[in-house]
Amino acid sequence: MKIVVCIKQVPDTAGEVKFKPDGSLDRAAMPTIMNRDDKSGLEAALRIKEQTGAEITVITMGLPKAEDVLREAMAMGADKAILLTDRRLGGADTWATSSSIAGALKKMDYDLIITGRQAIDGDTAQVGPQIAEHLGIPVISYAQNIKLDGEYVIVERQFEDRYHVIKAKMPCLITALGECIEPRYMTPGGIFDAFQKEITVWGRDDIDVADENIGLAGSPTKIAKASDKVRKGKGVKETGLDSKEAAAYITAKLKEKFVI
Amino acid sequence: MVINMTDCKGVYIFAQQVDNKLSGIAFELIGKAKDLAKDLDTEVVAMLLGYGVKDLADELAAYGADKVIVVDDPALATYMTEPYTHAICSIIKEYKPEIVLVGATAIGRDLAPRVSSRVHTGLTADCTGLEIGDFKRATGEIEPKQLLMTRPAFGGNTIATIACPDHRPQMATVRPGVMQKKDRIEGAKANVIEFNPGFEKNNKYVEILDVVKTVAETADIMDAKILVSGGRGVGSKENFAMLQDLADALGGMVSASRACVDAGWAEKDRQVGQTGKTVRPQLYIACGISGAIQHLAGMEDSDIIIAINKDETAPIFDVADYGIVGDVKKIVPMLTEMVKAEKAAKA
Repeated sequence: MKIVVCIKQVPDTAGEVKFKPDGSLDRAAMPTIMNRDDKSGLEAALRIKEQTGAEITVITMGLPKAEDVLREAMAMGADKAILLTDRRLGGADTWATSSSIAGALKKMDYDLIITGRQAIDGDTAQVGPQIAEHLGIPVISYAQNIKLDGEYVIVERQFEDRYHVIKAKMPCLITALGECIEPRYMTPGGIFDAFQKEITVWGRDDIDVADENIGLAGSPTKIAKASDKVRKGKGVKETGLDSKEAAAYITAKLKEKFVI
Repeated sequence: MVINMTDCKGVYIFAQQVDNKLSGIAFELIGKAKDLAKDLDTEVVAMLLGYGVKDLADELAAYGADKVIVVDDPALATYMTEPYTHAICSIIKEYKPEIVLVGATAIGRDLAPRVSSRVHTGLTADCTGLEIGDFKRATGEIEPKQLLMTRPAFGGNTIATIACPDHRPQMATVRPGVMQKKDRIEGAKANVIEFNPGFEKNNKYVEILDVVKTVAETADIMDAKILVSGGRGVGSKENFAMLQDLADALGGMVSASRACVDAGWAEKDRQVGQTGKTVRPQLYIACGISGAIQHLAGMEDSDIIIAINKDETAPIFDVADYGIVGDVKKIVPMLTEMVKAEKAAKA
């Protein structure tokens, strides 16, 4: 069995967030990480590998430095890694991104493709389902649990107030929820091995996708304007109150605002 | 599928229903679509998919839908990606909408991307603002009457406005709770059209083995006027009881940060933030919430924000109207008693 896990390198907005003096996000000063939902997707794949001996290939599209997340994935237990990197693929929206990644996947053998639900930089949750459409295979989004049953997968698919237990014939694509599947740590041996392994690097010419379906030009959506969000001004901050004074202070404010 | 852009008319919305009950987002989308349709001098069309759902069309009309396209088929009884995608794509092919809006729900965020890749058009996720206006191309050329879609990115820290000038329909998912529904007009009627593209099983169909409801049907935090919200600083699941006491005293509800939901201290449907719900209550009391930008994105538009946190440097204080540096576990019980006393004195 062959599993491909799609991962993304993202700035760590969930950890220590760094701001510039003007209040905007200082991306350059922030460390990059493997996107959390993707890491959970990889964990789900590793659990299947433990049961079935499946072979796991991780793939990422990004800058050359995205190699870091591929090494990390191999240190966790992935067998192979592919880096899809080319300036001509850059500036892509979710349509063109999914079209490019699907182009790479079409060259590969897979029974199951796992992606994270969404990346913490864009938060769109679109690329997984869009890859599935480009490949013409079923998608099961928001997976909180993945099990194998012969040539089928059985997945708990989360909604706001319920989950569906879904059975799908492979090949199919699943998007994993970070909060439901706790990823393992890298092992020292795994880290050592990860740096011995080769990473396959593919560029634009290695995938069979038309020019009008990749990169900035192949993106149906265009950015009209981007700006840092203007935050509401800071209010009052009381630092010197004991607990009782603090409670009385809040009570007074609630009265003042006619809440009570 | 190639769509001739000039043929495209109408603002279409996906009228999400679950268990044959319309979701609130359907009415919110109609509300926004009314404004957009006015600017474009066109009509608002609701796409209603399901099995035995035709009767819901009147409710969509009451909130402003001019036309309702109903696809009623057993294949649509429970949400499944492929038949829903097929139905929406067939409507798009047949009726050629200019704009398609879908709720950014667990259904919409699965359906809309699949549709957008099938009809080859752009999709902007989780929009918080939509308007009709000019789009200026990189070449300087102006395209008038485009849908300008505004969305937060980077966990709500930046805002981008997106257009889709060369493809139709222009598609967006919209966060629940952000758009306002219009006043209900009793007895309003829409032009109801039944449309069925036919459903043939293919390799993209899956099988639903079971539907498991995970939370009791309680009130929604998005409807609450007052939220007492807990973060990591609350310390334990047991301590959430004191937040509930305060919420009860104030007549509000308890919500939580992602950390607490992940830790199992609070249910998933109580989660506020980028991966949870967007709330804008009249009063938001943040208890032991540090205020990661993903959390702020979901609550910073609340009318009054009170924050209690031990850490003086917590980012929550940047958005709080009233910030108190102190121990939430000590302050909250005292506050509850004082609120009760005030209310008793007034009664």
